[in-house]
Parts: sequence; C-alpha cells; structure tokens
Amino acid sequence: MSMAATAPQPTLHSTITRRFTARKRRALAVPLLIAAYLVYVFFAFDLAGLAGRARLDNGAILLRDFWSYKTHVTRDNRNGEVSVAVEGERKGTYPAGQAPDWVRLGEITEIALPGGAQVLYDGPTARIDIPDFGQITVAPEGRKIALTLPAGAAQPDWISAAPNRVDINRGKWRFSMTRSRTEVFRYQPGWELFFFTLDSPFHGKSLPEIIALALWEPRLDATRPNIAAMASDFWTNRMWHHHQVFGALGETVLMAFLGTMGAGLIAFPLAFLAASNFAPARPVRLVLRRLFDFLRGVDGLIWTVILSRAFGPGPLTGSLAILMTDTGTFGKTFSEALENIDGKQVEGITSTGAGTLQRARFGVIPQITPVVLSQLLYYLESNTRSATVIGALVGGGIGLLLTQAIITQKDWEEVCYYMILIVLMVMAMDSLSGWIRRRFIKG
Amino acid sequence: MADASASVTANYLAQVKRKRLYGGIILILFAALMTSGWMVADGRNAGGFWNGLHRILDFPTEILSEAAQNWRNLPGLFVHYLPSLIETLNIAAVSTLFGAGLAVLLAMLSTRGLALWPRMIPVFRRMMDILRAVPEIVIALVLIFILGGGPVPAMIAIALHTTGALGKLFSEVSENCDLKPVEGLESVGANWLQRVWFGVIPQVAPNWSSYALLRFEINIRASAILGFVGSGGIGYDLKTSLQWGIGKYDEVVAIFLLLFVTIMIVDHFSDRARARLVKGGRV
Repeated sequence: MSMAATAPQPTLHSTITRRFTARKRRALAVPLLIAAYLVYVFFAFDLAGLAGRARLDNGAILLRDFWSYKTHVTRDNRNGEVSVAVEGERKGTYPAGQAPDWVRLGEITEIALPGGAQVLYDGPTARIDIPDFGQITVAPEGRKIALTLPAGAAQPDWISAAPNRVDINRGKWRFSMTRSRTEVFRYQPGWELFFFTLDSPFHGKSLPEIIALALWEPRLDATRPNIAAMASDFWTNRMWHHHQVFGALGETVLMAFLGTMGAGLIAFPLAFLAASNFAPARPVRLVLRRLFDFLRGVDGLIWTVILSRAFGPGPLTGSLAILMTDTGTFGKTFSEALENIDGKQVEGITSTGAGTLQRARFGVIPQITPVVLSQLLYYLESNTRSATVIGALVGGGIGLLLTQAIITQKDWEEVCYYMILIVLMVMAMDSLSGWIRRRFIKG
Repeated sequence: MADASASVTANYLAQVKRKRLYGGIILILFAALMTSGWMVADGRNAGGFWNGLHRILDFPTEILSEAAQNWRNLPGLFVHYLPSLIETLNIAAVSTLFGAGLAVLLAMLSTRGLALWPRMIPVFRRMMDILRAVPEIVIALVLIFILGGGPVPAMIAIALHTTGALGKLFSEVSENCDLKPVEGLESVGANWLQRVWFGVIPQVAPNWSSYALLRFEINIRASAILGFVGSGGIGYDLKTSLQWGIGKYDEVVAIFLLLFVTIMIVDHFSDRARARLVKGGRV
C-alpha cells in the first residue's frame, strides 16, 4: 500500500501498460492455440475422409424407420402362396386369408398403393399400374426376370433391372421380384402393432372403440374383463416386448440404486477413518485416501471388465462396478465434508459430558447429513444414465436391449422407443432427486 | 407460564418421537429395498455373487502373472498404445471444447436478465435437459451406423452430452452473477454480445473453466468407454486384446496401466487448477 503511494508515477504507468500488453497477448494466444489444436484434430480424426466413409443412405433408413413401418406383401414364387407381414416378421404375419384393407387376396392379389398405383399378382406375373406412366409388367422367364415397360417409355431412374432381379422404388412403396419371390413393401407412418398384435381381438380398433370396449361393451372373452385382457395383450405384445422393456428399465434403475446406496453405506464409515480430524492414526488415513484414489482412478470400464469375469454378465456386475467407483468418490467427498464441519457444535456436545459415539451422533452427523444426502441423490441420478452405458458393457438392463437392437441394424423403431424411454427415465430420476432434495434437505 | 413450557416440551418430545418413527420406517424400507434389490440382481446375473466372490481375483492374477512373465514387453506396448491414448484424450478434449462452447451459448440464452428472447428460456432449458438425459452411448451407436467407426461419432456424442451437462451448470453460475456491469454497458449502448463479453464473462470465467475442467476428466472416462463399443481410441484396443484372451494379457495390463495413470495425472492437475481458479491465487 505504502509502496504504491510512494512509487513514482511513470513506473506505475509503465507497469500497468506492460501488464495490459501481456494480457492482450494472452487473450489473443488462447484462441490461436485452440484454433491450431482444432486444425491438428481435423487431420488426426481424418475429417476430410469422413465424407467418403459416411453412409448417408443408412441415415435415411434410420430416420424413416424411426417414424414409419413397412408392410410386406410377399408371393412365394415356388408354391404361389401370398402372405402379408408387418416388417416381414413371422410375429407380424396376418393369419391366412386376412390382410389389411388395401390388399385384396384372391385368385389375383390386388394391392392398392399410394398415388393411385396398383400392383396385381396374376400367377407368377406382376402387373404394376402407375398413373402418368402406364402399365409395367414383370414376369419370370426361364431363369431370368423380364421387364416390359409401356410402349415408347424409356426406363426411368426409379426402376433398376438386372437379369435376375427387378426393383421399383417409388419412395412410399417398393416392388421387387426375384426368381424365388415377388414382394411389395408399403411404408406407413407410425409404429405398427405397438399396442396390440394381430392375434389380439383389439387389433385394428380405433381409440373410441377401444375406450367403449374397455368401459361398457360386453366382454370379448367371457373369462376376464376387457380392460384386463387389453392390459395383458399390451403387456405380452410379441412385437414390442413391453414387459421385457420395462423390466430392463427397472433393472437399470436397480443397478444405479444398488451401486450408489451400497457405495454410500461402505464409504460413510470409512470416511470417518479418512478424515484428518477423526482418523485414529495418520497411516490409516493415508492408506484409505490412496484406496479411494485407486477406486476412483480405475475407470468404471476396467471394473466392469474385471468384475464380469468373476460374476458373469448381468445387473449384479453392473451394480458392483458402480459401487466400486462411487465408493472412491464418496469416500473422498464425505471425508472432506467431515473435515469442514463446525467444531463448536461438537465442543458443545462434549461439554455436556458426551462420549465419542454421542459426539458423532449429535454433533457431527446432523452437520454432514445434508451434504451426504445431496451427494447420494445427485449420484443416484447421474448413475441412472451411467447404468445404461454400463448395462451395455456388462449385459444388463435397457443398455443391453439398446445395443442388441442397434446391432441388428433393422429395428430402428425399437431403438427410437428405447431412446425415448431412457430419456424419460433419466428425466424422471432427475426430477425425483430434485424434489427430494428441495423437500428434505433445503427445508 | 409453567403450563406453556410443559406443553412446549411435550410438543417437542412428540415431534421427536414422530421424527424417529418416520426415520425408523424409512430405514426399514431402505433396508428391505437394498436386500431385495441385491437378491433380485443376484438372481438375474449369469453367475451368482457367492459363486463369483472367490474368483474375483482370478482374472487380475491371470493377467498380472502373464504380464509379469512378459514384463519386458510393457515399455514397448506403452509406446505402441500411446497414439490410441492420445486419440482418446483428443476425443475428450475436442468434445469438451465444442460442448462448452455450445453450453455457453445455451446458458446465456436461458439465463434470466441476459436472455436474448426471455420467452424462449423454458425452451432452451428443456433442450439442455434432453441433451443431458440422452446417454452418450445411444448417440454414439446410432452415429457409428451412419458415419462408420472412428473417433468422430464418439466426439459428437460426448459433445452433445457435455452441452447439456455444462449448460445447466453454466446457467446456474450466470444466474448468480451481478447484473450491474451489464446495465452499465447497456447504458453506454453496448449490444448483446458486448454486454455478455465484457459484463458477464469476466465474472463467471473462473467458475465456468473449473466446471469445464471437471467435465474434461469425466469425458476422458466416457471416451474410453465409447471406444469399447467400437468408436476408436484406447477402449477399442482394450476390447480387441480382451477378446483375444490368453497371450495378449500383457497388452491388457499395459492399457489398464496407461488409462489409470492418465486419469490420475489429469485428475491431479485439474484438481489443482480448479482450486486455483475458484479460490484464486496460486496453490
């Protein structure tokens, strides 16, 4: 203070100027360094080559699957049988002789398609009527597939023809013929069979009909009320496996709960031994500190690998992996909280002649409870998210279902469904822990 | 007077009793949940807890003994895996940079008193909630399908999650900052960008950088895990070595050690830097 007052003016001026110049340089250097780093990363990640590797058609498939489904109308060209199946899956196949209202089965199968187009399966021959273009005929000829366009028409780019295969792609529907089968795919918005599969009597009913059936209409199945039948048909839906999905969600929450709370239970007593004001001896404290650092430093990834060798895949392994890392984290934060407590309260309790346990119970625990609880809740919430990831590694919970659905690379609507459920689950845990914290900790 | 104090005491004791009762019920409920939870988890696991407990050290012993035999390989393996480690670190660093940048924008747009469009604040908040709620692995796996393997899907996935997580913390910090400099700047005709740059950033920069550093630590772990599901970096190498099994356990040990040491070093330095940023002065 006195130095500054007695220092001559020019020196102060020049110091300030020098500092400003240095700051200006630093302020310029940081963005430059970041820019240089990003340039380096651009080459290290080979971003230029990414455009070549990217499969944008995969992206298009994925986006379309997210909000639509396709129905296959298939004619087996070996035995002439026509079947209609949602997503071409056996579980989504219409019973023999039944079809959605845009398919008319019979001697000749008539398929009405968007844009006024129509496909007829007349024996092995398929006739495709497209307004503004004309009639296309596709038929097997010996070992080849013959394509006949309307007279005078050039082959448009939405038809691709090879000797043994003809494809027509009109966006909202597709047609393809090979020697073994003729297929029409029609895309429609929505997640088909999400509530009821084809074998359920409630399939194809509109919402008012469903409500009426549930509330006052006579029983479809005499042995149980309609609403119970609906719940059971929904719950055991074979396309979407709702009971498995919700079971998996529960498993994920369970992993987070067991891991977090188990870690809290283990770390709480250990934190007393690791806090400088409670530790019985310095070596104990140091050993515990290092143990906590070790548990935290060994990544969750490494724990999952080691633990799943011993316990096999499943939710228990996931819980234990969360427990391991979080014991380290909690041990550190709890012992820091213990070191920061107010000594006066403990002194007050001591002055009434309290023993060690009583001092801890009435002088210390009330002070650290809010910290401990809010840490536990915060980690419970963030571990719900980690449990999804760990579940994918150890094979448990919604993470497993998600990776399985992604690996098949065709059930993208299920991936979307799981993603929505995961987001809802995490947000629900978020608001739950926020509510508990506001209600019980901040008073 | 004596009556009043007696009733106060009685009230107090009744309250304490009720509190103990509630506490006891919650404790019993918690204990029941924990035991049944562990039993359910144990039942649904492929191998049970008690069957596996004595085998928990088998795998570490196995890999460590193999690594001990081939300890001469380890230095070479460290060098061999260094590029993968750097890739993992790069993924974490770039995603933290991008995530933090986006988070600053979202935080500014969702802070009361600073937002450009005050009516849109709930929209931006929800956006951050959703970004935070989606686990990285979901976005990464979907992006791997479109972009192919490599570091970019992991980077985008982690950056998006970081945006949500940091956005919330950043906006909490900037909610608490002093708005007087902003008003002062407004009175001399500064535009929104200038008000934020000169009025808010200097106040919040230390806390923000501290949170960003903490996030960097978390992102290193996340990027190692995403590598394990097929997105480049050291996690991918770990997966290939593990799948190979016996004969490559020295590689597994080398990767474990590299990861462990890196995480410890980064944690240590970022701890010190954060203490310095938040408390000021040199530590």
